Amino acid sequence: MSTPVISVTHGAVGYDGRPVLRDVSFTVTAGDVVAVLGANGSGKSTLIRAVLGLVPLTAGSVELFGTPQRRFRRWHRIGYVPQRLGAGSGVPATVREVVASGRLARRGVLRPPGAADRAAVAAALDAVGLADRARDPVATLSGGQQQRTLIARALAGQPDLLVLDEPTAGVDAASQEAFATALRGFVAGGGTVLLVAHELGPLRPVINRALVVHQGGIAHDGAVPEPAGHHAEPDHDHVHPHGPDEPVGLWSR
Amino acid sequence: MSIELFQYPYMQRALIGALVIGLAAPALGIYLVQRRLALIGDGVGHVALTGVGAGLLLNRSPVLVAVVAAIIGAVTIELVRARGRTSGDLALALLFYGGIAGGVMLVGLSDSTNANLNAYLFGSLTTISSTDLTTIAVLGAAITVIMLALRPALFAVCHDEEYARVSGLPVRTLNLLLAVTTAVTVTIAMRAVGVLLISALMVVPVATAQQVTRGFRSTMTAAMALGLFAAGGGIFVAANADTAPGASVVLLAIASFLVVAVAGAAWRVLRRRRAPVAAPSPEPHEVVLG
Repeated sequence: MSTPVISVTHGAVGYDGRPVLRDVSFTVTAGDVVAVLGANGSGKSTLIRAVLGLVPLTAGSVELFGTPQRRFRRWHRIGYVPQRLGAGSGVPATVREVVASGRLARRGVLRPPGAADRAAVAAALDAVGLADRARDPVATLSGGQQQRTLIARALAGQPDLLVLDEPTAGVDAASQEAFATALRGFVAGGGTVLLVAHELGPLRPVINRALVVHQGGIAHDGAVPEPAGHHAEPDHDHVHPHGPDEPVGLWSR
Repeated sequence: MSIELFQYPYMQRALIGALVIGLAAPALGIYLVQRRLALIGDGVGHVALTGVGAGLLLNRSPVLVAVVAAIIGAVTIELVRARGRTSGDLALALLFYGGIAGGVMLVGLSDSTNANLNAYLFGSLTTISSTDLTTIAVLGAAITVIMLALRPALFAVCHDEEYARVSGLPVRTLNLLLAVTTAVTVTIAMRAVGVLLISALMVVPVATAQQVTRGFRSTMTAAMALGLFAAGGGIFVAANADTAPGASVVLLAIASFLVVAVAGAAWRVLRRRRAPVAAPSPEPHEVVLG
């Protein structure tokens, strides 16, 4: 058996003493395409932030590619796609400039970009269908296109693992399709994916495993649950509020 | 208007000093604007003034002590910012006002005259010695080179700090580097435009450039060119109209901003009239942070 890509053992996270995740354990192996599902506030975003070291663990441990997270240095193997483009910077930046940031993990701080960097940036822009917008300022793009820019930035580093935080939330249908295509290409190339999602939409066929987070723990680890009740309707509009008390049975088969 | 005055060495030094600062200040300032810390230079300048006062009181080089004070101030501000506490705002205010009050008090305690304090508050380009000029030129060139050479990394850190951390970039080191270079820039610019006008040279050329540019690199290039223009033009105006050099440089930078703002708005209106079928409006941006 190969080394797990991600391995979380008895992980716990709390903010200001309030526990958000308690005793979470799971492994992701190479080639897995895992969706982390759960209601708002269930701790699913915190889970991936803890995996990446953006949030400290209060207990337990995380290993990345077999190395304890604290000692992990090969960050070029991971491509991270945050939920949103930062708070919005005051200075304009083109799509290409943002995507080019994705090469830094591989290239290091001091080396200037070379031909391989430019080729990888162009390929990543192609993969998300934004090649024609490369010279446009990101601020002029739609929300979905900005999200695709962030995915291209992660792909530009040619990672082995993609970690995405709600990549399709509030994204138009065209961008969701473009995103699903990019993800399929990445998985076909042997990539591993961990993504947080509220709804899977067009991503559903790509996902081969689901982790359901409920009240700070993992309530389900296995096949993607079938939507039940009115969630199953094709035109179901996901507008109702998700309270923390939502029954876990909604997601189980 | 004439250029006769520039035959005098003190005017040549003033011009060269202004040009170096005009180039270096926006090269650094663009990262501060990108991070929405446009006024940080102002705060560091206030702290530097305490260094000036301490230098005058202890009979040490005021500029040298100011560099040390400014670096301590800038690093403190960075550490407060990195902790991300809401009280950071108040901590910064305490630092700023403590810095300027300390400076005024220490300068008053030393034997120097008020004219000396004014030289640091509002700049005194025409009294730059050739030793001063060498310091300004060497530090200014170093800052410009660092800002250009590290542009991809500094851009990444200022654009999306969390992403930079997950990329394995030395985020803390880069942030501290930015704090230290801000302090050094403030101190060398202090002689040119003064503590009270330093931020203007870091921020106004960037604000002017980004009205017409589309990318980060083009904004940086244009801002540096505008900084050079404002510095050179400001000294020329000051020499001929006998106005304060620092104020002339800053007012010219602000005049450029207004000209570009008005011209840019006019151009957009004209383009809209000519092409009534505008590009499809993008869906509303969602910039809420999760």
